[in-house]
Amino acid sequence: MRGDPVSRMEVRFRGALGRFALDVAFEVPARGITALFGPSGCGKTSVLRCVAGLQRLEGRFALDGDVWQDGRHFRPTHKRPIGYVFQEANLFPHLSVRANLLYGHRRTVGRGVPETIREADVVALLGIGHLLDRAPLNLSGGERQRVAVGRALLSQPRLLLMDEPLAALDRMSKDDILPYLERLHEVLSVPVLYVSHDIAEVERLADHLVLLRAGRVVANGPLAELQSDPSLPIARLPEAGVTLPAVVEGFEAAYGLTTLALDGGTLQVPGELGPPGSRRGIRIAASDVSLARRPPEGSTILNALPARILKAEPPDGVQMTAVVALGPAGTGARLLARVTRKSWDLLGLAPGEPVFAQIKGVALVQPGTGTDDPPD
Amino acid sequence: MIWQPILLTLQLATLTTLILLVIGTPLAWWLARSPARWKEAVATVVALPLVLPPTVIGFYLLILLGPDGPGGWVASLWGARTLAFTFPGLVIGSVLYSMPFVVQPIRNAFEAAGDRPLEAAATLRASPLDRFFTVAVPLARRGFLTGAVLGFAHTMGEFGVILMIGGNIPGKTRVLSVAIYDYVETLQWTQAHILAGGMLVFSFTVILTMMMLEKRIGRGGR
Repeated sequence: MRGDPVSRMEVRFRGALGRFALDVAFEVPARGITALFGPSGCGKTSVLRCVAGLQRLEGRFALDGDVWQDGRHFRPTHKRPIGYVFQEANLFPHLSVRANLLYGHRRTVGRGVPETIREADVVALLGIGHLLDRAPLNLSGGERQRVAVGRALLSQPRLLLMDEPLAALDRMSKDDILPYLERLHEVLSVPVLYVSHDIAEVERLADHLVLLRAGRVVANGPLAELQSDPSLPIARLPEAGVTLPAVVEGFEAAYGLTTLALDGGTLQVPGELGPPGSRRGIRIAASDVSLARRPPEGSTILNALPARILKAEPPDGVQMTAVVALGPAGTGARLLARVTRKSWDLLGLAPGEPVFAQIKGVALVQPGTGTDDPPD
Repeated sequence: MIWQPILLTLQLATLTTLILLVIGTPLAWWLARSPARWKEAVATVVALPLVLPPTVIGFYLLILLGPDGPGGWVASLWGARTLAFTFPGLVIGSVLYSMPFVVQPIRNAFEAAGDRPLEAAATLRASPLDRFFTVAVPLARRGFLTGAVLGFAHTMGEFGVILMIGGNIPGKTRVLSVAIYDYVETLQWTQAHILAGGMLVFSFTVILTMMMLEKRIGRGGR
């Protein structure tokens, strides 16, 4: 993937920003979803606003060689081919849902921009057909946000910017809208910059991750790579974990267990997760993985895979987060394991040592194709 | 005879309101959105007629419009001596003293709508002018309604300033309020009753209509 001549997005901004200075520079692939992740107030929204041209800081932005800002050159917001989804939907209260949806569409397709994203498709994709004649005031939070996403998409963007689109929603509305965003990801080819401070959301949606802290880039890379780097702050979160691609190998009907193959081993997971060969995303939390010197005997834990320790941090904490790579040679997928420093020392563990990773729980992160699609 | 001041007053109020909407809207927009600090000084100048006695405004207007002021120079362009005691002079005076009643509600409405809808419009390819007319103005429509009605009504009722700069020339500057004063002075009670009663009914109708319209607009938006 990384060697492909993929088009890229070049982002560089610096300037004063309230209490701290923003100084970011990164390049990310201009495809899939790139999450800008960090604690509140770390400057991620400002980066997004700078990309949109809503805020002007010194710097440079180019999408696939098309320069939007560089030195004194600054393309105003309304001339940038973007879609922007705000934290609060920010619909026009004086227009109907349909007029909201078509506001940007009229100004692009109406002026000769090729229509690659069609109204009927967006309405179906987001399940907002029954809302078209309503006023934004009469929609629920989740509905409003779906309309806002549709409005942004129909302006035929070459880049979709989403500023914590779920942050203002309650748990239920979030669960209601996430499947739509996932489906969007599967169906559309528009690259997305997605700002969030919720790691669960990022793991569910993002392909690529830019970690920000106090106005600076801490790390930038594919999601799986950053998740399994114990030196990064996300690996220290209580809910740290990794998301991995898996393929269904078979179903053991007598016990109701599905066998999933991942890079470097297989797992047995409760439930029938699809026909053999179908792809599933799974998430394994660091706190669900423990390490053993020998293959466990007399244990109720079903999944114990040979692996090798790559590293562990921090060396002086009560808890350590170890990265292990699956397979006897340690060449497979990477997992995080949360262990106490005491057991680490008792077992005499160290980088390079062979171990068995005992996996207590596996969660699915993405609905598989065709099995449990979001409702219309 | 009795219709002449009524017609003249309606002409004056309509023209004044239209002019105020045209020049007051960009002024209100600037006051609502400019980061300039000295804009409050401008806002204060606009608001002065709210507190100054009408005779004071009238006095300065008389000097401005008179033969030795800029008004006199303008009048000389078509060979007249002064703008004072003329209908154009009344319009200029009315525009100035009714300005706060139009600019203030529109400015408030622009401020209440805030940046965010305009930012959304910008990300949807609307140029500054486009988003002004398709987003800012529709969102501020209550302010426009209030401003227009208040400006119109206030121009209809002004007395002191008119008397100072317009006098009492029938068919030219003799507006309703002055005519009523005149009728009372000359003990023509019937005519005074007709005009005063008419103003009462008119004012009641205007305010009632405005309140009902506001309610209806309010339901549609925001």
